[in-house]
Amino acid sequence: MNTGRIVRLAERDRVEVQFFLDGEMRYALAGDTVLTAMLAPGHTLRKSEFGPEPRAGFCLMGACQDCWVWQEAGPRLRACSTPVTGGMRLRTTAPASWP
Amino acid sequence: MSEASSQKVVIVGAGPAGIRAAATLIEAGLHPVVIDEGHRAGGQIYRRPPDGFIRPPEQLYGSEATKARALHALFDQLVEAGRLTHCAGSSVIAAHERRLHVLREGEVQVIGYDGLILATGASDRVAPVPGWQSAGVYSLGAAQIALKAQGVALGRHIVLIGSGPLLTLVGAQLLKAGADVAAVLDTSSWHRQMRGLSGLAARPIVALRGLVLRARLGGRYHAGVTLERIEADASGIIAMRWRDAGGRQRVTQCDMVGMGWHLRAETHLADLTGCAFDYDEQWRQWLPQTDTMGRAGNGVYLAGDGARLIGADGAEIAGRLAAVACLTDLGHAAPSVRADLRKLTRLERFALGLARAFPWPSEMVRALPDDAIVCRCENITAGAVREGADFGGGEANRVKSVSRAGMGRCQGRYCQLAAVELVAAHAGCGPKDVGRFRGQAPVRPTPIGAFLRED
Repeated sequence: MNTGRIVRLAERDRVEVQFFLDGEMRYALAGDTVLTAMLAPGHTLRKSEFGPEPRAGFCLMGACQDCWVWQEAGPRLRACSTPVTGGMRLRTTAPASWP
Repeated sequence: MSEASSQKVVIVGAGPAGIRAAATLIEAGLHPVVIDEGHRAGGQIYRRPPDGFIRPPEQLYGSEATKARALHALFDQLVEAGRLTHCAGSSVIAAHERRLHVLREGEVQVIGYDGLILATGASDRVAPVPGWQSAGVYSLGAAQIALKAQGVALGRHIVLIGSGPLLTLVGAQLLKAGADVAAVLDTSSWHRQMRGLSGLAARPIVALRGLVLRARLGGRYHAGVTLERIEADASGIIAMRWRDAGGRQRVTQCDMVGMGWHLRAETHLADLTGCAFDYDEQWRQWLPQTDTMGRAGNGVYLAGDGARLIGADGAEIAGRLAAVACLTDLGHAAPSVRADLRKLTRLERFALGLARAFPWPSEMVRALPDDAIVCRCENITAGAVREGADFGGGEANRVKSVSRAGMGRCQGRYCQLAAVELVAAHAGCGPKDVGRFRGQAPVRPTPIGAFLRED
């Protein structure tokens, strides 16, 4: 069902949650972290600010800060430790208003 | 009793050490505050999935399910009975003069303490491999957390690299869950692993369990490998290049690499509360000084992998010991610890065996090419760190200032050991002589608005 980086191996019978990724409507499962929700359909969370490569998280325990992602409204969040919630508007690139 | 209730003991971390410490304090009549970053208590090893997930503990924790179940039940029951205050989803970001700054839901709150038990645990000890900044490279711990707490694999074709008990365990867990594990590459040779044998014999059942898991990996497991580079295209990694023990070049196609060389103690808060540190030759890292009970002085006590890397069973014991030390210093009667101290000696012997069998790959780090990234946060290269040593001399914090390695968002948690190794090699001394990066508050990124809202 998903075509992105992660593979769902268990716990697949959960309620769907709608969110927006780069403006497009996507579905996650209730209890997914933002990282899981974004990497189920996609391959990256953001682009590195110091190199050409995209990033997709590293430690998943809130220590490395590699998984921060943009929200349309501006504030960034740590994808590995933030649960996805209905209607969230996430981006893999900076919002247009960012200088 | 009235004195007891007015004394405030704060525990940071709700893993095995933090939970046992809390229970011990409560038995003596205290009401501790437990601050934890997790949404549910358990720590990393006994991490619980969110509500609504259905796999039973046996499936999540395997042979350790009984211990996990007991700790979760104990903590939940103490919370329900109102015997402790649980601050979940909260990060201690600073500590100064017996006050902690705690970040919770975007606001900073100040909490004072008479006694502080730090049970902050550990994270993967990682070493840079050229290409490791690419999307799709994770720590071994990350692969395990993804499986346990989300029921997912972080890739379709997985290669695990490093050394240590977690390498084998994560490989076996992923296979069992149905993931495609293409190769498990151990930088420690069979010969080297045998050197840990006498220590590992201190816990024969645990050692045997490791061998059974290793057997399940079959031909995927390779000992004594040399890791060359992680290949990537524009969307992430595509292959692992390595040499086997016989020196033959191998390429394994993959879209995920999990890496780790055992553990690195999480010591930022111990640093900020003024603990002294010693370089530990066994674990090749700086660890806070404590007595056998975990007493660090100044009302601070340390327990679990954040102080001594002896694993979850050792953390439960250390949590009790730290609580007993704290109780004694605050003038309370405390239970006997003789049996716990005896058990601890055996666990320490086992841990020493692990350290010998699965060492930190210092030669690999020292041989990193100049263009390899050392700091993933800001893409600082091995060459830049070496240049920093030319300017700053063989001292960790000067090299940090000059090169910026250790000044990114993770605050050196994932580059410090490699950077110090490179500086030592460049300056012709040992990592101990180079020193360690000083911890700085806030120890987690904190939005400025969180401070502005404080009043």
